[in-house]
Amino acid sequence: MTKSIIRLLTCGSVDDGKSTLIGRLLVQTDSVPHDTIDATRKVRRSGSTIPAGEIDFSLLTDGLEAEREQGITIDVAYRSMNLLNGKRLIISDAPGHEQYTRNMAVAASRADIALVLVDATRGVRTQTLRHLTICALMGVSHVIIAVNKLDAKDYSQSIFQSISLEISDALDRLEIKNATVIPMSALAGDNVVDKSKAMDWYKGPTLIQAIQDWVPDSTADRGARLQIQSISRAENFRGVSGTVHDGEFAVGDSIKTFPGGVSAKISRIVTFNGDVEIAVNESAITLVLDPEIDATRGDLIVKSSEELISSDRYVANIVWLDEKPLIHSRSYILIAGTTTTPAIVTKIRHKIEVNSGEHNSATTLSMNEIGSIEIATDTSLALLPYKQSRDFGNFVLVDRSSNRTVGAGMIDHVLRRGSNITHHNYEIGKTERAQMKHQKPGVLWLTGLSGSGKSTIANELEKKLFNLGIHSYVLDGDNLRLGINKDLGFTPEERAENVRRTSEIAKLMVDAGLFVIVALVSPFKGDREQARSLFDENEFFEAWVDTPIEICQARDPKGLYKKAATGEIPNLTGLGQEYEVPANPNIVLDGKLAVAENVQALLKLIL
Amino acid sequence: MLSAGTILDSLESESIEILRETAATFRKPVMMYSIGKDSSVLLHLAKKAFFPGPIPFPLLHIDTKWKFKEMLSFRDTVVQENNLDLIVHSNQDGIDAGVNPFTTGVSEYTRIMKTMALRQALDKHGFDGAIGGSRRDEEKSRAKERIFSLREPGHIWDPRNQRPELWRTYNTRLNVGQSMRVFPISDWTEADIWNYIYREKIEVNPLYFAKPRPVVNRGTQLIMVDDDRFPLSESEKPELKTVRFRTLGCYPLTAAVESIASTLTEIVEEVLQVKLSERATRLIDGENEDSMEKKKSEGYF
Repeated sequence: MTKSIIRLLTCGSVDDGKSTLIGRLLVQTDSVPHDTIDATRKVRRSGSTIPAGEIDFSLLTDGLEAEREQGITIDVAYRSMNLLNGKRLIISDAPGHEQYTRNMAVAASRADIALVLVDATRGVRTQTLRHLTICALMGVSHVIIAVNKLDAKDYSQSIFQSISLEISDALDRLEIKNATVIPMSALAGDNVVDKSKAMDWYKGPTLIQAIQDWVPDSTADRGARLQIQSISRAENFRGVSGTVHDGEFAVGDSIKTFPGGVSAKISRIVTFNGDVEIAVNESAITLVLDPEIDATRGDLIVKSSEELISSDRYVANIVWLDEKPLIHSRSYILIAGTTTTPAIVTKIRHKIEVNSGEHNSATTLSMNEIGSIEIATDTSLALLPYKQSRDFGNFVLVDRSSNRTVGAGMIDHVLRRGSNITHHNYEIGKTERAQMKHQKPGVLWLTGLSGSGKSTIANELEKKLFNLGIHSYVLDGDNLRLGINKDLGFTPEERAENVRRTSEIAKLMVDAGLFVIVALVSPFKGDREQARSLFDENEFFEAWVDTPIEICQARDPKGLYKKAATGEIPNLTGLGQEYEVPANPNIVLDGKLAVAENVQALLKLIL
Repeated sequence: MLSAGTILDSLESESIEILRETAATFRKPVMMYSIGKDSSVLLHLAKKAFFPGPIPFPLLHIDTKWKFKEMLSFRDTVVQENNLDLIVHSNQDGIDAGVNPFTTGVSEYTRIMKTMALRQALDKHGFDGAIGGSRRDEEKSRAKERIFSLREPGHIWDPRNQRPELWRTYNTRLNVGQSMRVFPISDWTEADIWNYIYREKIEVNPLYFAKPRPVVNRGTQLIMVDDDRFPLSESEKPELKTVRFRTLGCYPLTAAVESIASTLTEIVEEVLQVKLSERATRLIDGENEDSMEKKKSEGYF
């Protein structure tokens, strides 16, 4: 197996000579337009010592230095060049500083090779170790370490050897097996494209050789997989479209689907240029199956012989990408390939220090931090360990309300706990139980500040329902905290868990045929959306009790605002902690109105 | 049999995957059609992605009213031959105000007749995913752009706050008012485009092929006099030169290059040898170093 396109990640900062190195590669492989090269003979940066008329290679890449000065974006930049053996190299150039760890993770996620620069005049530094740590985590299969600027150290073999020794310790610790260390001068051109004459003691490959000689790890023991992107329909035609990964499919192959578990045979492999017999690895094709099966976007197709392990519990490493920290117990949207499902981080096992690789305990992960987590998905998936398959071992987490991509995850292993539990279907269901009670079950979710009047409204509403003969129950936040939620405090994580438990209890009660009234501050949008997602569309009503905080403070039925004023309660919603106003509630109740009026409005909504 | 391993096959497969992802996840996607070579390749890829079904989204052409005549006739032929659903939009306010590339100023003209026109069209039809043919090798701000590139309300691109894009796992979810620009041929180079056109026998605009055309020399650029709206100074007289175009746009803003490449083979050879940056023939980009990033943040493709 070879790849015609190789992706190279370059990490290091301008001080290490990264721009010069990439610039030289581009020029010496004839990958830069000649008018652009001519410009670099004329233009000079202030303080440049390069003689006029010579090429300043560093000007050819965007140069983070320039970016910083001019205030232009600092992000991953992509650049294509042709290798001397006819292959294509796509360079993803990432900023190297710690505050850009997430950008480096973006660049590393698809890289085949990482080029890590070490400045020989300064030796192995913290950032070198950080770059190696991230590369190892992101599954970059080969690392090239360029010990650069050796011209400034008289091309000393002993300096190169002592740096190599230090590096090999780090490589062993990070379990990076495939690495090449090259002595180099990007400025003078030693061992970049041409073999160095000044360092004849070095017998290894030049940089370009090391890149060109790269071959992907064997995929022999993996099974081909295709995740359906879309169903292709035309007259008298139905096929499933997607890209083949980790192997190939042939006409006649017996396949099965996941999660459906349906078996079929591949009867045709369709492309615009005509049918083919074999769909090779990484090709985007359309399969016609016999018999036609009821598969949809997100379903997996694998060969019948492959054993799929499905689970809804995983241990994964995650790079946190968002300014808002990771909150365990909160529901996020997980995207894995073309599958989307809600998921909850149930545990943060530890944080991985990027500079040292050490594991430390943590209760949350902030932007640019990396950790090991346990995650529970709403539906079962068939993800693979990332080390085994990059394509089927990755996922991203998306914030439910902002839709921002907040986390990048890599599966470490399956937690079997989830896979052993399957839902048992009972013959008496929600419908039967509700029919016996002659009512439609549902949930009214009252959200609002403390003192806004949720419990008062819930109490009056339940009285009305009771008189109407409707079986109901109030789940009151304070009451639950005396029992099942006794162990929870008021941090965002604990509030998320509070909402999760309350919504699961409400779900059981709805299943029992009851009408449930929830009175819970539930200040965070994402948590409320998670609650809503448990119920059918016409079953869940979100009611925002909109009472100005001044009125809540004046009422202060539990004396909480007084305690907040003395600093006794730091997390009180509306003061120490934000209340996220519902964007699309089913109803907004004006907390200044008489209770009876609001109850009437609610009855109209739910009956 | 599909042969593995060639660069074009890899690029093609990935582009098809991106097009399918766009069609599957957006409420109302659209494909920009600018009549140039990149659009021709994009259209061909869309045909392949959804074969044997039809292309599941319309095409959108922003007509500044200053396009080469040969571009419009080519467009209409392509639409007819392929039975495509094409929407043409022009900024009527700009036309009424007499905005033109000669007296309005190039950047203001571009803003009104291209950027604003595009924003109008996307808003009018409620398109939430707009597919474009930009490539990362064209220009340095494009080199940084994601494949699925988020636009905030008002079509604003915030290059400092791009949505992280990892692996081939795309988050295409949008909030109210946001939209997405999608670039399926991000990783292609100019040479790839021509090699692919050659390999797949894709029809491209005749303006790419050298032939004698009436041009005037403005500064260092050869500008074709495509119609009688071109204001000539008294000393200027169009002369016939054998030229072709490397990129296509508004005729007064797109310089020709002297060339004798009149067949696809010759063009591919020329592109591989003549090492001049492609956008050097574009008059609208060169104003200052960061002009593309600025234009893009306002909503330009």
